[in-house]
Amino acid sequence: MSGKGYYEFTDDVTSDLSFVARGATPEAVFAAAAEALLTATVEAPEAIAARERRSLALEEPDLELLLLRFLNELIYRRDAESLLLRPEQLEIMRDGSARLTAELVGEAVDAKRHALSTDVKAATAYALRVRETSNGWEANVTLDV
Amino acid sequence: MGLPPGLKKIGPALFELGVEFRAGMRVPVRIVASEKLLEEMDDQVFVQAANVAMLPGIVDASYCMPDAHWGYGFPIGGVAAMDVRSGVISPGGIGFDINCGMRLVRSDLTWSEVEPRLHELVDALAERVPAGVGRPGFVSVSRDEFRDVLREGAVWAVRHGYGISDDLARTEARGCFASAGPECVSECAIERGFRQLGTLGSGNHYLEIQVARSEGIYDAELAKTFGFDRPEQVAVMFHCGSRGFGHQVATDYLQTFLRAMPKKFGLPVIDRELACAPFSSQEGQNYFAAMCCAANMSFANRQVILHRIREVFCDVFGRTAEELGIRNVYDVAHNTAKIEKHKVGGVERTLLVHRKGATRAFPPGHPELPPEYRATGQPVIIGGSMETGSYLLAGVPSGAATFFSTAHGSGRTMSRTRARKLVRGEELKARMAAHGILVRAASLRGLAEEAGFAYKSVDEVAEAAECAGISRRVVHLLPVGNVKG
Repeated sequence: MSGKGYYEFTDDVTSDLSFVARGATPEAVFAAAAEALLTATVEAPEAIAARERRSLALEEPDLELLLLRFLNELIYRRDAESLLLRPEQLEIMRDGSARLTAELVGEAVDAKRHALSTDVKAATAYALRVRETSNGWEANVTLDV
Repeated sequence: MGLPPGLKKIGPALFELGVEFRAGMRVPVRIVASEKLLEEMDDQVFVQAANVAMLPGIVDASYCMPDAHWGYGFPIGGVAAMDVRSGVISPGGIGFDINCGMRLVRSDLTWSEVEPRLHELVDALAERVPAGVGRPGFVSVSRDEFRDVLREGAVWAVRHGYGISDDLARTEARGCFASAGPECVSECAIERGFRQLGTLGSGNHYLEIQVARSEGIYDAELAKTFGFDRPEQVAVMFHCGSRGFGHQVATDYLQTFLRAMPKKFGLPVIDRELACAPFSSQEGQNYFAAMCCAANMSFANRQVILHRIREVFCDVFGRTAEELGIRNVYDVAHNTAKIEKHKVGGVERTLLVHRKGATRAFPPGHPELPPEYRATGQPVIIGGSMETGSYLLAGVPSGAATFFSTAHGSGRTMSRTRARKLVRGEELKARMAAHGILVRAASLRGLAEEAGFAYKSVDEVAEAAECAGISRRVVHLLPVGNVKG
């Protein structure tokens, strides 16, 4: 991943949580979006230790659907494996379709240490956008909570 | 932001947007609301309801209930009936939390008996009904047993000792959608959901101890039939759904439909969250079977939680559930699509009725109602914000105008991010305590997001539903203790 991205929660939707993630590259934006998801899920995402590792490989027709699938994969692993994960290495390739490989790191949900906040149900396709801007890359995401 | 041009008032609490509102509309949009509620609706409600009106096979109108607000694809509070042969099924018309619903439980206890034990009761409920993120449910099943849950719903729970057969009689569809097909559910959905049976969840999910004060009884006779027969009577209401399982079913099929729409079905994608498939297609039928599984998971979830509530009350009061008169009043689904028969233009038709954030409200005499409620009409539960109270209503004959559908809650008027900027969880908890409402919240941040000011007035919503003739008020219930997911 080149450069660190960042995110900001916005006021766009009445029911749920929306955010914008920005970074120099699509990889930085995807990582920032994963961090936004963790911030929605727990009060202190920085307290999540790197105790477990998982490899991830995904392919979708475009970057937007790839981001949607990536975030929903993280939500799935939170429920199915009780894991809070963030990407440590993430690579995106675009050659007709959009492909992602990542090493996810994190640890099992521990209510005593993680101060859980919101059970995000899904990342949604509503107003989903991933685009290149004059300053790098940007994504708009809405989480169903 | 103003009301859309061309909006006409066509009834005491009914407004219409004709097909000329947006190109491609097959039917008008009809909005059940008071003028105040209409003013409070975000403009996306009108756009989304118009998008729904463009779906193939939609019959009569695209309806919005009084608590309508922006949703994914359909607005929340959206109702659309599709012809089963020519129409589509849309996960966006059902929601991610399939069969998110409400259950109301009455007791013989009065407030004077419960008040001295309220802390003990709320603490025990908070401890024994897991809420929030990542906590496993209190019912442990294998993956194979979970498939049985998906087939049988609340029937499975009662068969395994979590409740009594009377609970099923007082549950929509007797707690089981018969078209469930676990073979249409992904392994991911099973893996995500099988540890979550017996969990409340988070967001707007809650379990509340309530009191029916004498001044909150709108119809004493009907209230008595529904089980409210003494002053200051205590009840428990809870709101939860199919948890991660239902969300995964919705996510899986949304992706399947998006891929198939342009290529296989030649359907334009108006809004990706409004993805759909012909109901008669293999994809449509598979989603329907999977959606019914999620509905059943949800019925089972609420049934085991009712059982746990009985256990907690028995422990705290040292009496049996029968002695305490703890009985299911009714369980209603909010987010479903169901095959129902309705008269349209005087002709009976078989329709697939999508209700998203809307409640079925069958009238007196409807053949699908249990004998207990055949004469009264179906009990309907409208949950308000945790600060303001909730309503028990009944279905009425004039509800035929909306395919016997009514409101489901207050409806948000403010984003969660904004609500958090306006109040801190600790502050809200203290304010609620000062108003006589004891709260146990899995997350204080989540508590702030659910502040009463972030919602429409539930009183307005219930009144508009009655004024429009789609249900009528029976009992107003006030919160005294809340377990917030």
